[in-house]
Amino acid sequence: MSKEWPLWEVFIRSQHGLAHKHVGSLHAPDGEMAINNARDVYTRRNEGVGIWVVRAADIVSSSPGDKGALFEPANNKVYRHPTFFPMPEEVKNL
Amino acid sequence: MSDKATYVRRLGDNALILSQRLSEWCGKGPALEEDMALTNVALDLIGQARLWLAYAAELEGAGRSEDQLAFLRDAHQFSNLLLVEQPNGNYADTLVRQFFFDAWHYFLLNELAKSSDPRIVEIALKSIKEVTYHVRRSGDLIVRLGDGTELSRRMVQQAVDQLWMYTGELFSSDAADQAMVQEGAAPATEMIRTQWLQHVQEILGEATLQTPPADAWMQSGGKQGKHTEHLGYLLAEMQFLQRAYPGASW
Repeated sequence: MSKEWPLWEVFIRSQHGLAHKHVGSLHAPDGEMAINNARDVYTRRNEGVGIWVVRAADIVSSSPGDKGALFEPANNKVYRHPTFFPMPEEVKNL
Repeated sequence: MSDKATYVRRLGDNALILSQRLSEWCGKGPALEEDMALTNVALDLIGQARLWLAYAAELEGAGRSEDQLAFLRDAHQFSNLLLVEQPNGNYADTLVRQFFFDAWHYFLLNELAKSSDPRIVEIALKSIKEVTYHVRRSGDLIVRLGDGTELSRRMVQQAVDQLWMYTGELFSSDAADQAMVQEGAAPATEMIRTQWLQHVQEILGEATLQTPPADAWMQSGGKQGKHTEHLGYLLAEMQFLQRAYPGASW
């Protein structure tokens, strides 16, 4: 099955969600069936969800070894974190 | 029993028995994704069965609940179509049974959504959302398997040929059906048959499969409580708990 049914990664935008979130993966012979399977495996078919399926093979991922190079520079420049600005009361949840 | 009670109970029985059959696949599907999909369809159908049977129990007016209708009737008191009680067989058998049923179910529900009975309209509209997906999915899989490997094609064709004789009953029409048509509560079965045949021929054609002759000999009796040998076994399993521990609940 793994030969004929490649692995797909599934991203779902829930009814009240603003962005697609990665929810898991599944096997399917092609995109159309991957979408069908994603509905059955991950959504229980709530109305109004968006589904993206992407062949796992098409995803390029950063490697764990690069973590330092990618993220450290931001972490040790405290002035980059917008945490020192007084915010007016009226602005909630920023 | 009124014609409407009979008609509504039949709809409930179809959904209930097919749901029970599909549940038998749980954990045994050919792939995890298929396993989930089949059991999802089973859950959709059990939900629909509950709505129809609850309404049928009301119409019957004998103080029975949907649970009593489901768990305390014997085979001859069930009025489901013979198609839905057929054994799961192999995966092609299950899919073809589903495909025949879904197509019928879809066209019927679309008409029932225009029923003169508001309760029927309500249940039909709720069910259509689910059944629209069922019919799309089973049609898609029939095409994939028919137009797949030599083996898959042969297996689907075999299933089509074997189950064909149970499709005539989908469009049989007795006194209860006619009474429902009279009062505008249900569509004429002939109309559904036309839509169903067109859809089935189209999908089977796309799947490179032969559609058996429309005028072939057909088996019927389910609607009148005359069932194949399979229903008794299915009920024995489904009703065991209520029979062994009457009134058990959790």
